[in-house]
Amino acid sequence: MSTTATIDQAPGASSEPQVNYLNARYGIKSWLLTLDHKRIGLLYLGTITVMFLVGGIAATMMRLNLIEPQGALVEPETYNKLFSTHGIVMVFFFLVPSIPATLGNFLIPLMIGARDVAFPKLNLLSWYVFVTGCCLMLYVVATGGVDTGWTFYTPYSSLSSHTDVFLAAMAVFIGGFSSILTGMNFVVTIHKMRAPGLTWFRLPLFIWAMYATSLIFVLATPVIAVTMFLLMLERLLHVGIFDPALGGDPLLFQHMFWFYSHPAVYIMILPSMGVISELITAFSRKRIFGYSFIAFSSLAIAVISFLVWGHHMFVAGESVYAGLVFSVLSFLVAIPSAVKVFNWTATLYKGSISYEAPMLYALGFIGLFTIGGLTGLFLAALATDVHLNGTYFVVAHFHYIMVGGAVMALMGGLHFWWPKITGRLYPDLWARFAALVIFIGFNLTFFPQFVLGYLGMPRRYAMYPAEFQALNVLSSAGASVLAVGYIIPLIYLGWSLRHGQIAGPNPWGAKGLEWTTQSPPLTENFLKTPIVTEDAYDYETAPEPEVVRA
Amino acid sequence: MMGLTQFALHSTAAAWAMIPLTPPTASSIAESVDHLYYFLTGITVFFSVLIFSIIFYFMVKYRRRPGREFTPETHTSMFLELSWTIIPSLICVVIFVWSSALYVRNTRPPAKAREMFVIGKQWMWQIQHPEGPREIDALHVPVGEPVKLTMTSQDVIHGFYIPAFRVKKDVLPGRYTSVWFQADKTGTYHLFCSQYCGTNHSEMIGWVYVMSRNDYEAWLAAGEQSESLAQQGASLFKKLGCDSCHTGTASTTGPSLAGIYSKPERMADGSTRVVDDSFLRQAILTPSTIHVAGYPQIMPTFTGQVNEDQVMQLIAYVKSLGAQERTKGQ
Repeated sequence: MSTTATIDQAPGASSEPQVNYLNARYGIKSWLLTLDHKRIGLLYLGTITVMFLVGGIAATMMRLNLIEPQGALVEPETYNKLFSTHGIVMVFFFLVPSIPATLGNFLIPLMIGARDVAFPKLNLLSWYVFVTGCCLMLYVVATGGVDTGWTFYTPYSSLSSHTDVFLAAMAVFIGGFSSILTGMNFVVTIHKMRAPGLTWFRLPLFIWAMYATSLIFVLATPVIAVTMFLLMLERLLHVGIFDPALGGDPLLFQHMFWFYSHPAVYIMILPSMGVISELITAFSRKRIFGYSFIAFSSLAIAVISFLVWGHHMFVAGESVYAGLVFSVLSFLVAIPSAVKVFNWTATLYKGSISYEAPMLYALGFIGLFTIGGLTGLFLAALATDVHLNGTYFVVAHFHYIMVGGAVMALMGGLHFWWPKITGRLYPDLWARFAALVIFIGFNLTFFPQFVLGYLGMPRRYAMYPAEFQALNVLSSAGASVLAVGYIIPLIYLGWSLRHGQIAGPNPWGAKGLEWTTQSPPLTENFLKTPIVTEDAYDYETAPEPEVVRA
Repeated sequence: MMGLTQFALHSTAAAWAMIPLTPPTASSIAESVDHLYYFLTGITVFFSVLIFSIIFYFMVKYRRRPGREFTPETHTSMFLELSWTIIPSLICVVIFVWSSALYVRNTRPPAKAREMFVIGKQWMWQIQHPEGPREIDALHVPVGEPVKLTMTSQDVIHGFYIPAFRVKKDVLPGRYTSVWFQADKTGTYHLFCSQYCGTNHSEMIGWVYVMSRNDYEAWLAAGEQSESLAQQGASLFKKLGCDSCHTGTASTTGPSLAGIYSKPERMADGSTRVVDDSFLRQAILTPSTIHVAGYPQIMPTFTGQVNEDQVMQLIAYVKSLGAQERTKGQ
């Protein structure tokens, strides 16, 4: 954007800027008490990486166990704890905060030309709340784990399980407050702190996506808090809300749980969609196709996401009529998602496309999200859902969305903004290699699970009939490829922190206010408040990329 | 080297042969569900291939090359936006109508179905045939005859799932859910628990034996249980003293139970409810929630005195009274 923002450094400079948010102050205290949204973003990044590793180790052990029909590694009891740990950690302590709390925190003020978020202290508090939830969850895992699955269905969780459901529910309960605080902070920041001239329809689509996500954070998270609170009450006092023997209703729990957890799916995927809009435009050097359609489809998804929870319960004892209503609403939510995919594809048309690592992740996202979305139709359709519900088909479907979608986008976003965050470039060849490994590993892991589901293999099985073995072995083989794919970036990104080439303020020649300031940015972000005079993604006026692939 | 290649090829082919791609189809609805499944697979493949090909074409055609003149343009088109909103919407309408019609048809049990009871408990399936036999983790059914299962759980939520029949229904504590099917191929098929229920969830599995009518009758006759479910219910009915109020004459404190099954009953609040399995279960376990018109609400609860098996025996008994009444009437 042709703004008056100061570029503190000539493009292509080979030395790091003298002062930036990373070296402004040193010491552990300067991090733990920081109010800088960028540092808080990095604190979150560190935290979710630890949680991702914990969840990933659990997943690896699960896949190892499933190589043999009788279980190759652990007892069923342990297996149940593994998938519960995997689910709870990955959903509540990795995916939900992943893009919003890391990239969102880092980028929202930079993208809207603000000095910080609206409430910096609240922002730090939300990280502390989150870490408290994480520590509690890790404590639960370390002291024997929990075996309810991430869904905590009653009355198993409330009456039957012998594990520490109380503390696990408490961890989710506490972690939720961090979402609420972050959501409120973002909504206010986006409303009140945009730079002069940055009208709503000039905002980068990442901001629109974060705005829609924040609305869900604020409106849906209290429901999971209430649900977990009631579950804790059941564990502690056995008041009987979910116990049929005392006149309670176990299905009430499912309604409440999914009233949050379906919108939560969009908490996980909407920010990814925002990231993809940024990446596709930057690497095809074009305006986004159908800006307002993408922007409004985010809001449409956020609104409709609150009305589809019943599609998780088609075979749970829901009436036929409720099933019909939830089915039609679920199809409705597919439309705005399709609109986005078509618009991203059309953005490539007549672009000038290059294939640096972030773009590979973005294209991978579109492919995997398309498959994930289309297979959702099988589950929104009542007649097929009866057969597929509760099987590996569902597992494959939501991993295509959550991993193929959300994690691919997180990786793409990290690689795209890594030079901005750290001021360094990573080795592009390694990065592209890792993106390829992840794509292949992912498909090898999860595609066979669609077939397993159609064959009828139920999820959450520690053992399975022998005829399912071949596909399970394939899936486990894929998981090991996937694991390698995730470890490679950990290595070269870590390496780049010290040894990476100095990035310069705008290595990709990308548009957006965040690229007009130095890398890494100053603590204050901008020396002068930028004034915006043009639309987002105006790549006609973009600087040439400095990074040219060998 | 040649040998190695051959070995690799052979083992790949062998591995491929080991991978099943479709589940067995053994019920009257299985094929209709599969047709929808294949249609959806077609839609998925079509759109995936469409989008992948377009992306791939653009990737190659518009890749960044030194010296290529590039003028960014076309960043909006109402025609395209409307097309790719309306066309997917129409496809969704087709899928919705198709799948919903199928679902409504598949879930409604036919009037004359052979009825059986299922109790799920950690971690086994108990099947109760009205003729008396009871089986664990096995379900014998006759081929070509609709079977309706009335199911409940003794502890947590389970899921009753027969992949070959394409039927699944959660089994809940404290209420009845039901599922029906008509097996149309003899054979042995998996029965799974599809709702996570604790430590040995993955061992809560069994077999469904679909037999010819004659084999099934022979199997029933060979059962150890000499009394039918209704007979067991009748003795329980006496033992619990139910007959002191439900004497069968209209003047007593409790309504006569003869012939009431599957008939509408007037409630004190003016509404009517059909007397079905769920109604009877509720009347036995939580009578305070049912107030039949014309009778005082004085029935004590039998929660804790009867277990789910016994409730089913009592229901079978009440049902059998209905049958006698109807026979008399004819």
